[in-house]
Amino acid sequence: MLPELGHFALILALLLAALQAFFGIAGPALGRDRWIAAVTPAVAGQFVMIATSVACLIASFVSNDFSVTYIAENSNSALPLFYRVSAMWGAHEGSLLLWIFLLSCWTVAVAIGVSRLPARFSARVLGVLGVVSFGFLLFTLATSNPFLRMDPPAPDGRDLNPILQDPALAIHPPILYTGYVGFAVAFAFACAAMLEGRMDQMWARWTRPWTTSAWAFLSVGIALGSWWAYYELGWGGYWFWDPVENASFMPWLVGTALIHSLAVTDKRGLFKSWTLLLAVLAFSLSLLGTFLVRSGVLVSVHSFAADPTRGIFILAFLIIMIGGALTLYAWRAPLLKSQAGFDLASRESFLLFNNILLVIGAATVFAGTMAPLIADSLGLGTLSVGAPYFNPTFMLSMLPLLTLLSIGVHANWKRGRLSAAKRTLLTTLLAAVITGVIIVYVVYSNGKVLSPVAATLGVWIILSSLVDPIDRIRRKLSLPRSVIGMTVAHLGLGIFVISVTTVESFTLERDVAMAPGQQTTVGNYEFRFQGVKPIEGPNYNGVEGTVVVTRHGVPTSVAYPQKRQYWVQRQVTTEAAIEMHHGSNVFVALGDELGAGKWSVRFQIRPLVNFLWLGAFIMAVGGGIAATDPRYRVARQAAAAVPLTPPATAGEGAR
Amino acid sequence: MTPRQKRMTLVFAIVAGVSIAGALALTAFRQNVTFFFDPTQVADGKVPPGERFRLGGMVTKGSVQRAPGSLEIHFVVTDFKHEVPVSYTGVLPDLFREGQGVVAHGRMSGGTFVADEVLAKHDEKYMPPEVAKSLKKKPGEQNPGGA
Repeated sequence: MLPELGHFALILALLLAALQAFFGIAGPALGRDRWIAAVTPAVAGQFVMIATSVACLIASFVSNDFSVTYIAENSNSALPLFYRVSAMWGAHEGSLLLWIFLLSCWTVAVAIGVSRLPARFSARVLGVLGVVSFGFLLFTLATSNPFLRMDPPAPDGRDLNPILQDPALAIHPPILYTGYVGFAVAFAFACAAMLEGRMDQMWARWTRPWTTSAWAFLSVGIALGSWWAYYELGWGGYWFWDPVENASFMPWLVGTALIHSLAVTDKRGLFKSWTLLLAVLAFSLSLLGTFLVRSGVLVSVHSFAADPTRGIFILAFLIIMIGGALTLYAWRAPLLKSQAGFDLASRESFLLFNNILLVIGAATVFAGTMAPLIADSLGLGTLSVGAPYFNPTFMLSMLPLLTLLSIGVHANWKRGRLSAAKRTLLTTLLAAVITGVIIVYVVYSNGKVLSPVAATLGVWIILSSLVDPIDRIRRKLSLPRSVIGMTVAHLGLGIFVISVTTVESFTLERDVAMAPGQQTTVGNYEFRFQGVKPIEGPNYNGVEGTVVVTRHGVPTSVAYPQKRQYWVQRQVTTEAAIEMHHGSNVFVALGDELGAGKWSVRFQIRPLVNFLWLGAFIMAVGGGIAATDPRYRVARQAAAAVPLTPPATAGEGAR
Repeated sequence: MTPRQKRMTLVFAIVAGVSIAGALALTAFRQNVTFFFDPTQVADGKVPPGERFRLGGMVTKGSVQRAPGSLEIHFVVTDFKHEVPVSYTGVLPDLFREGQGVVAHGRMSGGTFVADEVLAKHDEKYMPPEVAKSLKKKPGEQNPGGA
């Protein structure tokens, strides 16, 4: 019964999404107040239906209903309860349902948040979100229904892919998707502004907290995925420039540009049409990410199945959404002219360069990700693009970005005089160079050509972003949350940059064939292999190695790397043993049995690698702090004082 | 500077920056793209000599050999038409198995493909699309064409 109920609820949700989209867009256009009033109930009803549907699917997973095809393919009666719940989004169909559910959650939050905004505007925002929801619901019901039954029912399930049976990966998709889907809100605000034909500084102030929160979720989601790849995939890397990673990274880069461009639109009323374009672009890249991951067009560890009808549907949806938004943009953007000017060394200029460099960075990633696809469809051969392309080209736009950041935080709005900040700039730069050189040549030794440069930039960002808050505290000025959030996020970036530098410059790794009792040295550490013993878990068995780790002869820890074989899929997974000593991660992974009693063992020492994810997490925390600035809430109360239907028409939008 | 000059400076800086970035990206792209070949294309001499490329196919059943206690491993990659012997030193990925699809990065050296990286990023249900495509073409004996 439960799967049918879930299926039925999903169909009702589709109808409600259609109503939400129609009333939300047609109501304000035709000036029907009753239609506008019907939007919010449609949002609430849709949320109830989708939540019911999700609950039904999870309940069916928990109760091991293997007559449902999706559950039979992705769960098993021996699977622990926690993973039976997370198996709901373990493959294509369920993750789409999760996408839709999260969109519905965002929509409800937006409906509550915009209730104090002008009614026509908020109806339009919700209407655009209804269009997105309708498309995804239709896609799910037509091509990827998770509730389909099979006859006869399977005696037991084929199990969740063992590499997905992991706590970080269980929560990675919901958080990542919350970020992806969150850009739909920025997109809806942008479309609503274009439909209204007007966009003022208030608009930017309403949009900022939503965009910043979406960005923060996306940051955490990407960091979790990277952390998982590091410890679970068994080769100890943190970023592979895999198409799926790039798919989440591109919206992040454009989203980062968007939150900076929104700041200019908010404070100075500039960059209006550029901000709109970025909002459309960020969501388009989120949709493209869904397309890349779910259609199976690219070789990737994450592609679950290749089904061409799905790809074509998503492609058509992508063309309708992006094409529609861009047409709207071409039609309405000329109305949104920015009047004010600014100096070359003003804060606006620096943020403009920030935007250009971030978009160039996203473009280089895009080119490398799409090239194999394009070359293949043009019959130019099957090629692959990897780190040798991505690393230098991406660095090319990021190094100037990081440099300009350290200078730009001292710049003033509108006025282009940096001379007042000259002393601060030189002092922080000198301190950064000294610290950078110490990190590269004293703490660690040698390194590559760019190591001291990158380390210096990382330190400089940290020092520069601290100058303004310290100055404000000293002069007993107010320290708004948006400034604290920005400072924290920039500190996170600085930590991230230093960490990437040390990891890329000073990582040591070695694969060794070891017999029990044998010892090997990697860097400052000695590893003594003590042999392996069999182990058994709830749904797997395997072997566990014992490796005694010492540092210059002083015992530090004992590592227990595992090699597991899961019963149902007969799949082998590597569980690396990772410990942190003196800021470095000591990574031990068990390879294969080589015969003659020997095992291959992989050792890696990655300095400061944990600070990479910590840096990303701090950036997200900064975003969270900034998003909760009361300034945006006051803005909403101020909006409530405005009459509910402003006399705005398309013609006078230019302000 | 007049506002017009300022704007021109800005536009010029942006255009210059974008073109330099584009040119460098293109250079990096040309030098760092690796092509994919299957054993038939290797046998037909389609691979430029000495170039690094990716070899894909199935690991021939019974072909995996290892000197006991050594990290060096030898196996044969096949597309059921031609075979290429492969040698690799290091830890193999979890999903590497005889009779399964595999993609190896490396160079040809005296008739043997010396791999520096072996990937088996897929489960039983899923094979790298390029390997699946290359295998599918063989039974019909059609001309493989460019791909």
